[in-house]
Amino acid sequence: MTEVTERTSEPPRLRVGVRLRELAGYREVLWNLVRKELKVKYTASVLGAVWSLLNPVVFLVVFSFVSKMLGGAVDPYAPFLLAGLLAWNLFNVSVLNGAQSVIANANLVKKVYFPREILPLATVGVGLVDFILQSAVFFVFLVVFGYGFQPDVVWLYPFAFVDLVLFSVALTMFVSSLNVRYRDVQHLIGLALLVWFWLTPIVYPIGRVYDRLTISTNSLAKVAWYGYLANPMTWVVNGFQKALFHPSDPKATPPPLAPFTAEQLGLALTAGAVVLLVLVYLAWRLYFSMSGDFAEEL
Amino acid sequence: MNAIEVVDVSKRFRVYREKPTSLKQRLLSGRTRAEDFWALTDVSFAVAQGDTLGLIGHNGSGKTTMLKVIAGILRPTKGVVRERGRIAGLLELGAGFHPELTGRENVYLNASFLGLSRAETDRVYDEIVAFAELEEFMDTAVKFYSSGMLVRLGFAVAVHVEPEIILIDEVLAVGDEAFQARCIDKVRSFQRDGRTIVFVTHALDQVRHLCDHAVMLDHGRIHTTGSPDDVVREMRLTILHHDLEFAREEGSKEVEIVGVELLRDGRPVAEAVPSGETVTIQVDVRAIDPVEDPVVSFALHDATNSFVFGYDTATGGLALGTLHGTRRIRFELGPIPVTGGKYWLTLGVHSRDNARVYHVQDERYSFDVQQADGRRDQLTFPVTADMETL
Repeated sequence: MTEVTERTSEPPRLRVGVRLRELAGYREVLWNLVRKELKVKYTASVLGAVWSLLNPVVFLVVFSFVSKMLGGAVDPYAPFLLAGLLAWNLFNVSVLNGAQSVIANANLVKKVYFPREILPLATVGVGLVDFILQSAVFFVFLVVFGYGFQPDVVWLYPFAFVDLVLFSVALTMFVSSLNVRYRDVQHLIGLALLVWFWLTPIVYPIGRVYDRLTISTNSLAKVAWYGYLANPMTWVVNGFQKALFHPSDPKATPPPLAPFTAEQLGLALTAGAVVLLVLVYLAWRLYFSMSGDFAEEL
Repeated sequence: MNAIEVVDVSKRFRVYREKPTSLKQRLLSGRTRAEDFWALTDVSFAVAQGDTLGLIGHNGSGKTTMLKVIAGILRPTKGVVRERGRIAGLLELGAGFHPELTGRENVYLNASFLGLSRAETDRVYDEIVAFAELEEFMDTAVKFYSSGMLVRLGFAVAVHVEPEIILIDEVLAVGDEAFQARCIDKVRSFQRDGRTIVFVTHALDQVRHLCDHAVMLDHGRIHTTGSPDDVVREMRLTILHHDLEFAREEGSKEVEIVGVELLRDGRPVAEAVPSGETVTIQVDVRAIDPVEDPVVSFALHDATNSFVFGYDTATGGLALGTLHGTRRIRFELGPIPVTGGKYWLTLGVHSRDNARVYHVQDERYSFDVQQADGRRDQLTFPVTADMETL
């Protein structure tokens, strides 16, 4: 017997199991939308996907230069910067494009039925494709230039990755649903991400922040340090750096990736994943309850 | 068993005078000045499994909103819609197509919206392309397609998904004759397969030919439901009726139609008029205050309410001048050139430039025309034949 679909006026309550099954039924739409975004992004550009590789290279050149000028650069700088930067890029691109994802697909939302969650998920999916591409090149770079991987820390990589994806999904859903009603969000989020980028230890090492803030007797500085740690991206980026970056001088002061050991980070990222799952659920619930009206609000 | 049940569905839209879409606007304007607009009010109907339902109504009557609610794009404000089976909606020309993607990619994208996996799409891909007759264009971006090509591709995908329920919104009006004929064939084969179809259209003849039932919506409410013939007739009547209502709002009855008579040989018409006879329409109009240069007009519609013929005093070169008091106007219809059947008469009085409608007679008069036995003419031409010796 075919199953009965019921459409009511009830503000939809998110039942995770049912909804996940429905999403699974529409996974083909997700793949197709990701494929579509990638295709559209690189259609009529000569370099195509090379552009997504060019971005980290340019960042690397610029920040290498800047940190050399400012002194006290982390050594070696390239693996340090790229480990954090690629993660940040995934987050950044997901959230930034996520804000637009519903609006940009207005013609679909108004005329075709599919679970609307697929739109922000597709945005994260596009970011993931770029991330995987960039990471592959990055790994080759690590091997070719002899930085390599160290088994005692590289296991952190999947932990950081899971947190990164969860956080990106949560924030992208949140931002994309709000932006349908308040178009301010897309402007706001651009600025917020800029500030956020500099408040995350990507270009500079977290060890320096720790050093500055905890050496001081000022209690405000202590509070600032905890505030700094409240940023999930700090942990994610730190996790990626710990997994992939090995300081050339292990006794450098301050240690660039202080104060947490790989084990502590692993624990924090696992606990973080639980918190982020709750966050994903909340964002999903908001998105789900708002998505019923998207077709009218656009 | 019902494939679709619509129970007391209402849909409200909020119409913003100026839609505040930013936080600042929203804060500054305090409460938003939204007005409610009910696109649907307490609509209930059911479509039995395997039935074809025609949804008709004027522009803005809520047909498309109804279809979108059934499709799950809009949520009802009140009421429930229940559906059994996979739904494929063809709601708009090229809906779900992305202009930058090729025809092939769009087929896969569209099929996935309709719930098909990649492998399933692979299986029907060739059939879809063949049906749409777009073999040479499948690797072209659809932004280069004509609207006819888009509809063909969209329809081809939708019908090959083999949905249990298919929703079609007026898209069949596009495309050439041959393609339309094929679409109709496909619809018929769906009907044979026992699939359920809901059909929004302005082509009332399609409703009569294809549908088992019809629903007419009017200002978001159900006006009539029933057999396609009845509903289509009702639709045609209300099309006229709406014009009347419109006229009454605008018009002032400065000139009123006070009496109408159909005469044949000076006597009121009591029975069918044989084709080829003459008939006189006699209209009495009254103006309490003088009205400058009014025009009296009439229109004839046949039994299917297709417009047959219209005429007015202005066309005839009859100036009524300043109308004051009661006047009798006679239209003498020469030998009736039409085939047998019932004809409906609409009468109106309006200003010469049509800007003011004084009165339109909402009670229509009808008369029957009888065709001479054995004749199958659609029209009778006045023909004279002669012969000369060469």
